[in-house]
Amino acid sequence: MIRAYHWLLPHPFLTLLLTVVWVLLQNSVTSGMVVFGLILGIIIPRVTVVWWPDRPRAFRLTRMIPYMLLVLWDILVANVQVAWIVLTRPNSKLRPAWVVVPLELKQPEAITILAGTITLTPGTVSADLSDEGHSLLVHALDAPDPDEIRDQIKERYERRLKGIFV
Amino acid sequence: MTLEIIATLFVAFWLLVGAIFSLVGSIGLLKFNDSMTRLHAPTKVGTVGVGALLLASMIHSYIYGEGSMHELLIMAFLFVTAPISANFIAKVNMHKKSCETPPSPSRDDTWSTFNVPESDQVIAETE
Repeated sequence: MIRAYHWLLPHPFLTLLLTVVWVLLQNSVTSGMVVFGLILGIIIPRVTVVWWPDRPRAFRLTRMIPYMLLVLWDILVANVQVAWIVLTRPNSKLRPAWVVVPLELKQPEAITILAGTITLTPGTVSADLSDEGHSLLVHALDAPDPDEIRDQIKERYERRLKGIFV
Repeated sequence: MTLEIIATLFVAFWLLVGAIFSLVGSIGLLKFNDSMTRLHAPTKVGTVGVGALLLASMIHSYIYGEGSMHELLIMAFLFVTAPISANFIAKVNMHKKSCETPPSPSRDDTWSTFNVPESDQVIAETE
């Protein structure tokens, strides 16, 4: 039974996501569209399973949603801060800096989300990962104290992501 | 009638917010003087600027016609893909050495962009 389930739904979350995207694309929530979306959501992961060899990693959805809200809020706050810097600070007083963030996260999915979060919050852009994946290179627009930005990233995002991907 | 007026004000407000942030992003793109700091300007336009414009579009469609959910999808795909282009531009900057040399990573040998064969490390000038 479980094997049949794994065969039919190799990536249950992807199935759900494809169904939701299909319904949103159609712009109307009718049962026909939901069923058609479900059919697509089952066929597409099944056909592309060769390229997704690993089982999806479990993550805690209950902690993912507060994390997404936190990131949205940070995007808003940081946007205003960066807009203020752009409008008022002359270039000579700007202190851009590279920040090296040592990573405790191991899973590729978690590191991807962390890098995406850093880029989406204005003022910091994640540039590269080290060759063995132990640290992340981040460029900060205005960093009088690079260590503070590093600690903030670790404290605010990485610690929460460690709780999401166990 | 009053609902329509309130909705119109809301739409106008979000359009203004989106327009202001897009303007600030473009000013930043012109004002900053090296390519790495310039990179920070578009990430701002891509998030709040476009987000506010899409919110305005959504409110408008719900008040004056059939509601539309496409904006949610646009926002989702934008948020997922925007970091990738920023990441690629940053890597090109690192290769062209048009920015300060980044410090070396704490535990590993080098950054993965530089972890390529010797012949590929320098990008040939195209002009």
